[in-house]
Amino acid sequence: MSSFSVTEPSKRSKWFAGSLVILYAVITMIPLAWIMLTGFKSPADAISYPPKVLFEPTLEGYVNLFTTRTRQTDEFLAANPPETWYEDIVRQYDMVIAGPSKFGERFLNSVIIGFGSTFLSIFLGTLAAYAFSRFRIPLADDLLFFILSTRMMPPIAVAIPIFLMYRQLGLSDTHLGMILLYTAVNISLAVWLLKGFIDEIPREYEEAALIDGYTRFQAFYKVVLPQAATGIASTAIFCLIFAWNEYAFAVLLTSGTAQTAPPFIPTIIGVGGLDWPAVAAGATIFLLPVMIFTVALRKHLLRGITFGAVRK
Amino acid sequence: MAEVVLKGVSKSFGDTVGVAEIDMTIPDGGFVVLLGPTGAGKTTTLRLISGLEKLDAGEISIGGRPLRDETPAQRDVAMVFQQYSLYPHLTVRENLEFPLKSPILKTPRDEIDRKVNEVASVLQISHKLDNKATALSGGEMQRVSIGRALVREPQVYLMDEPLSSLDAKLRTDLRIELKRIQASLGATILYVTHDQIEAMTMATHVGVLNEGRLVQYGTPRDIYENPNSVYVASRLGLPRINILPADLFGTAPKGAHRIGLRPEHVAQGEGREATIGRIERLGDHSRLHLQLDGHNITTLADPHTDYTPGGHVRITPRDPLCFDAQGDRIY
Repeated sequence: MSSFSVTEPSKRSKWFAGSLVILYAVITMIPLAWIMLTGFKSPADAISYPPKVLFEPTLEGYVNLFTTRTRQTDEFLAANPPETWYEDIVRQYDMVIAGPSKFGERFLNSVIIGFGSTFLSIFLGTLAAYAFSRFRIPLADDLLFFILSTRMMPPIAVAIPIFLMYRQLGLSDTHLGMILLYTAVNISLAVWLLKGFIDEIPREYEEAALIDGYTRFQAFYKVVLPQAATGIASTAIFCLIFAWNEYAFAVLLTSGTAQTAPPFIPTIIGVGGLDWPAVAAGATIFLLPVMIFTVALRKHLLRGITFGAVRK
Repeated sequence: MAEVVLKGVSKSFGDTVGVAEIDMTIPDGGFVVLLGPTGAGKTTTLRLISGLEKLDAGEISIGGRPLRDETPAQRDVAMVFQQYSLYPHLTVRENLEFPLKSPILKTPRDEIDRKVNEVASVLQISHKLDNKATALSGGEMQRVSIGRALVREPQVYLMDEPLSSLDAKLRTDLRIELKRIQASLGATILYVTHDQIEAMTMATHVGVLNEGRLVQYGTPRDIYENPNSVYVASRLGLPRINILPADLFGTAPKGAHRIGLRPEHVAQGEGREATIGRIERLGDHSRLHLQLDGHNITTLADPHTDYTPGGHVRITPRDPLCFDAQGDRIY
């Protein structure tokens, strides 16, 4: 029985496990740290070899990310002294700020499309998963397989048909089009994951609520949803990460109004040389929403399975 | 409170019979206990009345109002589940408030507080009101689950072994309390139990189920004294009734195949000599386990009896129940 001991692990094994986790965390965070640091480097420091760990931080990358700049004549520069700290930074290169870049818009597009499709996937997915879990649906297994089968080929394989369909329907380069597309891809994941979570919730809770004077939908809302919170939170994170990072369809289907950040960030490289600090600054800002979202839902992820008040 | 009438109620689950053609009237203010082994259809009967299961055939009416497609909420029944089914994300107080806050009842706040506190004190859980429902012992959960039904005043209470996981003292307390509530509210209760004392002390009527059929329905005394089959006779009574060959004590009564002898119907002092196997001294009385021609017979003796294991005692039947070859009662 000793091999299945349920006693507290020894101090040494805890220490060892802890060190492994920390080591793993450090290794996985190196690229992140690299990107974040590069965002604060000057272009020269960013490409220096060997890489500089200690450097003089500058907001140049962030200024370049959010602005477009033009070169100006000496007379113009002399006649218009810089008024703000960010103009100061640009003047080092004899440039002036011509206006804001598209990054803000693209980032906002990412937020609208990413969170919009996540919300829609979870909303539809939860309702469908509940129905599959609780009601006797004709051909339920076949329907579930059909839903799953949409994930059996790489989405990009249908890129051309979707491109043509979207052009016909006027969905190309629209927020709605991208939200629908990402929802279509995510919904199978959402239905399957959430069905698993809802299956775990005993029916007795809803039955008790039905008898306590609630309708089926109220029972679902007041009793099932709170208990499915863990599953919903983790599913939402998966859906958001996919929609947030998606690149191929974004390149193909968006160009202006609905372009998201992933296809936009590489275009920074083409403007005025390899501006790595600006790219890194864009990547850093782009990472934040998913990080914040994940941290915000952390409580639900860690809470784990509520061992219930139903006697087995 | 209202009368509940079941007419020809049937329900199958695939090939398995849940209940079959049950006719039963639960009188207004009645306390009806359902007895039967696991799978006899007791819980199914409760679920059909509550509307959690749909009838295959037959009709159920509550207070003269036939229920067809009415939802559980519309039926206005309260149910205590065998598995407690407390809402794990809510506190004990919120669990007790839940039915009162339903869109059907919409109880005012002060009324909710009054009822919840009253029920909590009756069930001795006042000190746990702010605990999470999951942070309770089994007995406490069961009390909360009873409380969630008692805060309401429904047409009928349905209780599925509500006292099964309580300790002996609490069980006795709550048994008396439930009976008091039933009497003072005039509540109609349909109650499932395996416990003989609960059935005998609380019930106004007992229904015995066998494989989904209601095989006998009557007062507890009637069921105990006049069972219509070996099956019913064995369901009620502790120690269990002695079922013996009809000719064990000489000539068999006419037509009888087997006889049934309640422990108190074994007279001592004359008749055939039986060997004493074991004596259980329970305080207020003793139980004798006897052997006669390879048959076990259980009977009672006074608490200070001087019988010893291995000794002998002469016994004879008094008022035996006689059953035919099918196990049906003949007289």
